[in-house]
Amino acid sequence: MKTGVYWSYLLVMFFVTYLIRVVPFVVFRKKIENKYIRSFLAYIPYTVLGAMTFPAVFYATGSLVTSTVGVAAALVAAYRGKGLFTVAICASFAALLAGML
Amino acid sequence: MKQFLQGFKDGSAIGIGYLSVSFTFGLAAVSSGLCWWEALLVSMMNLTSAGQFAGITIMAAAGSYIEMAISQFVINLRYALMSISLLQKVDREFHMGHKLLLGFANTDEIFAVAMSRQGEVSSQYFAGLAVLPYLGWTFGTLAGAVCGNILPQNVSDALGLAIYGMFIAIIVPAMKKDNHILKITLLAVGISVALYYLPGLQKISSGFAVIICAVAASAVGAVCFPVEDQTEEEV
Repeated sequence: MKTGVYWSYLLVMFFVTYLIRVVPFVVFRKKIENKYIRSFLAYIPYTVLGAMTFPAVFYATGSLVTSTVGVAAALVAAYRGKGLFTVAICASFAALLAGML
Repeated sequence: MKQFLQGFKDGSAIGIGYLSVSFTFGLAAVSSGLCWWEALLVSMMNLTSAGQFAGITIMAAAGSYIEMAISQFVINLRYALMSISLLQKVDREFHMGHKLLLGFANTDEIFAVAMSRQGEVSSQYFAGLAVLPYLGWTFGTLAGAVCGNILPQNVSDALGLAIYGMFIAIIVPAMKKDNHILKITLLAVGISVALYYLPGLQKISSGFAVIICAVAASAVGAVCFPVEDQTEEEV
């Protein structure tokens, strides 16, 4: 990637992310009361992360087998209520071990 | 000053958490082709995990600037809601200049801590609260980016799963707790899988695919299972 292209991407990211946080902070006076808009926004983090994770995660290590082992480990750890970093390490470690076998 | 120090202290746990999350972002960024300072600047200028991750994916795929802008808009839309909520909570001394500067630091976790504070939130408190998370995010990214370049290939391949592991750690407990979130998240995953594998739809770039999945599934969620209570969002 050329340096100029990188800066263009970076500035687009920065301006959109900055404005989305700051404009409502400066402009709005009251809360959003509409329950449909509130609900839509409440679901967004989960749908974004779900769609970003699957199916891309199965290609994350470059091997379908080790990725699948890692995903399984992550799902078990997350279901048991482990913290973010623990789950991440479990996924990576399981994939690493699967790759060595 | 006392308020600043209290905020500084309250932000320490977030800072430690961010250190580890951004470490995996740094790893992911260099493995997607950025150099260490490019990864570092992305973190210093954005301070958001899912948005940054989508951003480096679009950079790696040489996506369009429009795609970049829309993806950041949709993924970070929740911050608009949080900023509006936070606005109700800040005191009268929280002036325009403070808002322009400190609004940048309104992340999921900083928002949650600020909202859980008794009474109003002052600009000094919020500034203190943002310091350690920002430093954690910055130095974690740097460490991850540097390590990504020196680790053996099989280790860095395995660590490619780390950021997804964290995403799974966020969605799975919420899905377990809330049946509506479970259904809507599965819907988003289903659409994502369909877009990825169905012939004809594969031309859709990954950035747009995430946008389509998130907007469609969340809209279905808003219509079918609107959230009734008026408590603060803490996601």
